[in-house]
Amino acid sequence: MKKVILITGTRKGIGKELAEYYLSIGCIVIGCSRSPGTILHIDYRHHELDVSNELDVVKMVRATKKEFSRIDVLLNNAGIASMNHFLTTSYNTVQNIFNTNFLGTFIFSREVSKIMMKQKYGRIVNYTTVASALRLEGEAVYAASKGAIENFTQTISKEVAPFNITVNAIGPTPIETDLIKMVPKNKILDLLDKQAIKRFGTFEDIKNVIDFFIDDKSEFITGQIIYLGGIHN
Amino acid sequence: MTNKIEEVILNSLIELNEELENNPLGSPSKETQLYGGGGALDSMALVSFITDLEEIISEKFDKDIILADERAMSQKTSPFRSVESLTRYIKKLLEELN
Repeated sequence: MKKVILITGTRKGIGKELAEYYLSIGCIVIGCSRSPGTILHIDYRHHELDVSNELDVVKMVRATKKEFSRIDVLLNNAGIASMNHFLTTSYNTVQNIFNTNFLGTFIFSREVSKIMMKQKYGRIVNYTTVASALRLEGEAVYAASKGAIENFTQTISKEVAPFNITVNAIGPTPIETDLIKMVPKNKILDLLDKQAIKRFGTFEDIKNVIDFFIDDKSEFITGQIIYLGGIHN
Repeated sequence: MTNKIEEVILNSLIELNEELENNPLGSPSKETQLYGGGGALDSMALVSFITDLEEIISEKFDKDIILADERAMSQKTSPFRSVESLTRYIKKLLEELN
């Protein structure tokens, strides 16, 4: 039976690469983004929505359940970053970042868990960042939104454990995507220098951890946060 | 509308009752206490029930509602404490969508 994988933020970057990878190995992928999809595949469905719009997310999850009867994996990949001193960070920026990063993760986790609970199986992977563990200056709000996701991940992993649902989080290091193209180069180099292994992360590094989290054999792995590159809290 | 909602709730309860050990809800009726003081459902069974109900309401009424409320786990004021209070609560949510 084909695995049904829901990935948020599939228009570009890591989300798109992951969607294409899981399609290439025979999974059904349901994706979303605020703008039209960029993947054409018989087993891909795209929903245009804002991940913090509760009702739109409910509709997407119910449409998926209706068509495929199950959702095996949820990758809460959609996220936005912002680099700024907190004294010059606007209230609106904070709202936007928390809406997309935390609220999006919350709503999708809640709605998809309802389906996973019924099927007594599920794998949820949330996204944090090494900026959270490192308390990086200039990333206070972004890291705080991810810190919220870390705590949420660990707490709900207990609440859904009785239903054979695991919830884990991956904390990627910078990889060369749109998310960091606005960050000054010296800041990125400083960050790489804080890692045990001093290089950019790659898509392969991320895929490797996600594959581990969602593997059927990983049923005893939950509430874990894995940072790439040798960073720890 | 009230009768239709009540019927949906009671049918869901009958199904749920069969899934649970010892049929704790007996023969569900309008007066059946669900959650909190004297209610037959624990928080896990309640969560499962709410999930079923959201899906059935979406099918029967063609409207997507979310049964989430800050009082959900309250022993005294939870809208999920009885069939009657739940019917009122769902009716209110459906009316808000009109």
